[in-house]
Amino acid sequence: MPVTRRLAISLYRHPRVALLLLLAPPLLWLGVVYLGSLSSLVVQSFFSLDGFTGQVVRRFTLATYRDLLTPANMDIVMRTAGMAAAVTLAAAVAAFPLAYYMARYASPRGKAALYLAVLLPLWSSYLVRVFSWKLILAKEGILNWTVQRLALGGALDWLLGLPVIGGPSLSVSLLGMFVVFLYVWLPYMILPVEAALERIPESFLEASADLGARPGQTFRQVILPLALPGVIAGSIFTFSLTLGDFIVPYALGNSALFIGQAVLAHQGTSGNIPLAAAFTVVPMVIMAFYLLAAKRTGAFDAL
Amino acid sequence: MAAVRFLHVSRHFGDVKAVDHVSLDIHDGEFFSLLGPSGSGKTTCLRLIAGFDHPTAGAIELHGVGVSGIPPYERDVNTVFQDYALFPHMSVGQNVAYGLMIKRVPPTERDARVREMLDLVRLGGMAERRPSQLSGGQRQRVALARALINRPRVLLLDEPLGALDLKLRQQMQIELKAIQQHVGITFIYVTHDQEEALTMSDRLAVFNNGRVEQVGAPAEVYEHPATDFVAGFVGVSNLVSGETARAITGSPETFTIRPEKILMHEPDAAIEDGLCWIDGRVRDVVYLGPHTRYRVDLDAGGELTVTQQNVDSTSLDVQAARGRRVRLVWPRAHNRSVITTG
Repeated sequence: MPVTRRLAISLYRHPRVALLLLLAPPLLWLGVVYLGSLSSLVVQSFFSLDGFTGQVVRRFTLATYRDLLTPANMDIVMRTAGMAAAVTLAAAVAAFPLAYYMARYASPRGKAALYLAVLLPLWSSYLVRVFSWKLILAKEGILNWTVQRLALGGALDWLLGLPVIGGPSLSVSLLGMFVVFLYVWLPYMILPVEAALERIPESFLEASADLGARPGQTFRQVILPLALPGVIAGSIFTFSLTLGDFIVPYALGNSALFIGQAVLAHQGTSGNIPLAAAFTVVPMVIMAFYLLAAKRTGAFDAL
Repeated sequence: MAAVRFLHVSRHFGDVKAVDHVSLDIHDGEFFSLLGPSGSGKTTCLRLIAGFDHPTAGAIELHGVGVSGIPPYERDVNTVFQDYALFPHMSVGQNVAYGLMIKRVPPTERDARVREMLDLVRLGGMAERRPSQLSGGQRQRVALARALINRPRVLLLDEPLGALDLKLRQQMQIELKAIQQHVGITFIYVTHDQEEALTMSDRLAVFNNGRVEQVGAPAEVYEHPATDFVAGFVGVSNLVSGETARAITGSPETFTIRPEKILMHEPDAAIEDGLCWIDGRVRDVVYLGPHTRYRVDLDAGGELTVTQQNVDSTSLDVQAARGRRVRLVWPRAHNRSVITTG
């Protein structure tokens, strides 16, 4: 009997060996490279920086976390988490109608075209898209020009005059940053919401109408609860991607930092790797709590 | 006044005439079946009554009032869906209470009526379960309770027993009929199962290619099929035409004869007045337990299917009949002339 055949038969008789052989490479990758670097990061966050020598002191301490909890750093955390929450909420609201149209009304060709339209931006560099938005939002940009032509300049100035979210122009303000975040992460919300809506059988909507529910009631009682897992799956993307991003705040922000920028600044310029690591742990903790809450709603059934 | 009236109703999907000039009167309080093969338009008719779909032409009246342009949630009808369409994110009790919740019936009355409905469909104590924890037959009953709790004047049932196994289906047929008599509302029942339609209905309409071929009581439709399609679809029937018909009746006019009306005799059996007869040779024997089905090649051309009760005969006896020459005899009065609709 040829060796390959004997090998095949012996693997058939020992399915556990076959499974181990199949899983070993990805498990090694996940275990060593991925979890390894992650745990190294967490360990680093419990070291501290010697302020005098600028060297990392490799001894367990909570001093770095004490530094993290200073008002200036907590500002950064709250600003980032607030932006992530606002972007997620807006993405859910913006994605729902399009996803609903794709799932229920679009013809097969129309649906393919919409899929393409949603995915097409992801084919080009994210940096290019962020910087083109900077041009669009700039004072000399097309958006401002259009707003002035429509004689809505006053309204825009009023918006930019608001504390916290305003700024000298849309391209240097939290408002502009919000717009760009919403733009770059929206596809990650549309796709899971569309998938969830597609899984709701037409007969559920008919049954609801049949039992006396007007369209608005059917939406609240049937469509929304059944699409919620998809919304939560999408929000995991938009929320965590916003939490960790540093390019959009860099391109459109002012001196008020976001977590990603803080990490970059501490590990790069100041060489404070422990504080950078502690900053990185923050989104992980926020996401862990968020995922736990999401799990309770059955969000992961939709993935 | 008719509970539901179809006036020259058509529903076309492009070139496909799903429902084609259907006129029907369904009486208040009757159990009415729409019977036909798949694609014959019966489910489309049900959807037109519920308001999920709208006629291309013609009008539908519910209790004398035209319903064109009226959405499903404004119609006093409820539906039991083929796939049950139970909401998976709600418990059994919440599913049944859905219509009352939408109508803002106070919770105390709601709970009492849910309990009453669940008892009616013999699911008392199951209110806390999820639909996914129930068997097919139980889900079917939840769907029934959910539709009945609104006390509609007409209940629409779209092949509600289609997904159940034979024993359960027969049990549910009896239960459904009992529930219909208990609540006394009009049931409109879509099925492709002729036995189901015959067992349960007060009257039925036989559909074919979007048209109604015949409307009548079960016995009437079975005993006096109006067309060759009805004769073939409701029960089994022999369609006899041309030279074979002439050899039997003396006229080439097409007629049908039910296999159970024909008796199989020895080839030299005497023929009394009022009987027709024809000779042939048994080609095929299928033993079916309580009865046996024979296929007989006729000397005059063509074939007839004959069923005989296995009163004394065993499966060995009936198998021995294969190849034997026989004389088929039946009362002329059982011949039914039919219209050929193709």
